[in-house]
Amino acid sequence: MSMQPFTIVTGAAPHLSRANIDTDVIIRIERLTSLARDELGPYAMEALRYREDGSEDPDFILNQPAFRGAPVLLAGDNFGCGSSREGAVWALQGIGVRCVIAPSFGDIFYSNCFQNGVLPIRLPAAEVEAFAAACAGGAAMTVDLTTRKLVAPDGTESGFVVDPLRREGLLHGLDDIGLTLKDDALIREWQQVDRIRRPWAWPSATVTVD
Amino acid sequence: MTARTLFDKLWDAHVIRDLGDGWALLHIDRHLLHDLSGPPALAEVTGRGMKLHDPELVFATPDHSMSTLPGRNGLTYAPGGKLWTALRDRTRSAGVRLFDLGLPGQGIVHVMGPELGIVLPGLTVICGDSHTCTNGGLGAMAFGVGSSESTHALATQTLRQQKPRQMRIRCEGTLRAGVTAKDLALHIIGKLGAAAGVAHAVEFAGPAIETMEVEGRLTLCNLSVELGARFGMVAPDQRTFDYLRGRPFAPQGEAFDAAVAQWHALPTDADARFDREEVIDASAVRPTITWGTSPEHAIAIDGRVPDPRDAADEAQRGTLAAALDYMGLQAGQAIAGTPVDWVFIGSCANSRITDLRAAAAVVRGKHVAAGVTAWVVPGSENVKRAAEAEGLHEVFKAAGFAWREPGCSMCVAANGEQVPPQQRSVSTSNRNFVGRQGPGARTHLASPAMAAAAAIAGVITDLAEA
Repeated sequence: MSMQPFTIVTGAAPHLSRANIDTDVIIRIERLTSLARDELGPYAMEALRYREDGSEDPDFILNQPAFRGAPVLLAGDNFGCGSSREGAVWALQGIGVRCVIAPSFGDIFYSNCFQNGVLPIRLPAAEVEAFAAACAGGAAMTVDLTTRKLVAPDGTESGFVVDPLRREGLLHGLDDIGLTLKDDALIREWQQVDRIRRPWAWPSATVTVD
Repeated sequence: MTARTLFDKLWDAHVIRDLGDGWALLHIDRHLLHDLSGPPALAEVTGRGMKLHDPELVFATPDHSMSTLPGRNGLTYAPGGKLWTALRDRTRSAGVRLFDLGLPGQGIVHVMGPELGIVLPGLTVICGDSHTCTNGGLGAMAFGVGSSESTHALATQTLRQQKPRQMRIRCEGTLRAGVTAKDLALHIIGKLGAAAGVAHAVEFAGPAIETMEVEGRLTLCNLSVELGARFGMVAPDQRTFDYLRGRPFAPQGEAFDAAVAQWHALPTDADARFDREEVIDASAVRPTITWGTSPEHAIAIDGRVPDPRDAADEAQRGTLAAALDYMGLQAGQAIAGTPVDWVFIGSCANSRITDLRAAAAVVRGKHVAAGVTAWVVPGSENVKRAAEAEGLHEVFKAAGFAWREPGCSMCVAANGEQVPPQQRSVSTSNRNFVGRQGPGARTHLASPAMAAAAAIAGVITDLAEA
């Protein structure tokens, strides 16, 4: 799980204003049973991107030339709600997304983003819409995690909040498992005490269910 | 000592190390795996040259990509066959207990856990599946994770988590006859919105919850993720203990009594504080159904589909219009009387024995309407066997329903079982998202009794008139 670090990203920022875009819409479950992680890009948001005959819908914003491969996605409330599928993040990465900015996110999607080097930023709806207006023609904005600043196409800067631990992990592409295993002695000691404190919490290996 | 909530108590009891800023390294007591999220996480651990930290705390069963065709095996749906084989091989080599097809224990992972007593009050439970919150109905701190977090937990038996905010939803009064936990859940989501629980752990409390049977609580907590909450919980009480006593993986005899003594301390203290409190009048809830493409698009059965022109703002108007268009409905039309093509009774929301009894009571002696395809998919092998022992399968089959093998089936449509494009389904599952039951499928979420009534009438129907 080598993770691509996130420092500064600059580029186009299409706006998907619809609320509650769920992870089923971001990537269909069937694509995850049949394709590898790096093959998902063409199927990201396929229900919105393609028409019934399979051709691209030119009206869908991600199909417009100015927004192809855009690294920033401006989204509506509760983006990434629903299923826990991490493939939703991989599919967005497959079309070039590095950062999603929305008023709120589905909790599991939000967490999955950080696990993959994608930065989700919670921003009030009015601020998301202001960036959407400024970037509507395809003008580039910048997301700077090193300074926690967003830069609009006209150079106006504003701040954003990110949890310090999450930020550290993204900036350095840190591996959580490696970090946690430094505490393995502590984990095993906790478990030893717990077996006495909560014996009922430790299942017997000899249980039969027939 | 400060007053604490049920969630606080579970959180505190699992902190191995405080990581600062509200973060903690938490012990994970149970890790459940299924055929979709299990094999890649197991492979990732092995691929890194590591072993499972505590394989005896990990349990697996195939459900998502399995065919539910009567007489099926793991290869019946060919794309799922690879996942089934991988789950069997990798759990065997990792020393993980697997409940395989056709054997007691197999089932939808969130039906299996409580049914076997693998999930208990006071435990932390994770699974690579957002509906893991179902297990909170027993008073467990249960939450869905992605594959990275699943891998982390397999390798360390812990997760690094930041404590969420907390919300309590007090359900006052009692549910009317014919109104179920599913109706209450859809009503709450319709009222508060699909994002109301984002970044929160939700505790359901109040008289309507105290008088609710455990299987209803599992249904209610199942839908907490559709409210946006990763965690849904109900405090354990005598109903919980009675439900769990004698289940295979629960402690037995005196050990069970000793556990109950500890579980009695778990409920939220009287003066504990929540970040947000909501009150719902449960006695006012009517049978409820969704009309659109988000679970928050819920209305009472005698209600009308909204008109986008009444929307608060442009974005909301666009969302409603797109949902109406996808669903093939007219603004302002009554939802009752809408013709249906498919009825699906199953899923981790509503596939337990009490759900099947409620549906069977509606269909007994009647027949599915012409042109409707109706399926019952029991939640587990044990549910299937219990239903057959009561003769429920005969009731369904005589009425023209297909009686199938346990699995996720048409809820997730990752198994070749889909509602065809533009066809309308009344489903007891939990998601009416665009394409969820298959590309172009139009899903209306409802209770088992409502789904059964729709199958018989051939249209969405008010139970009171069924």
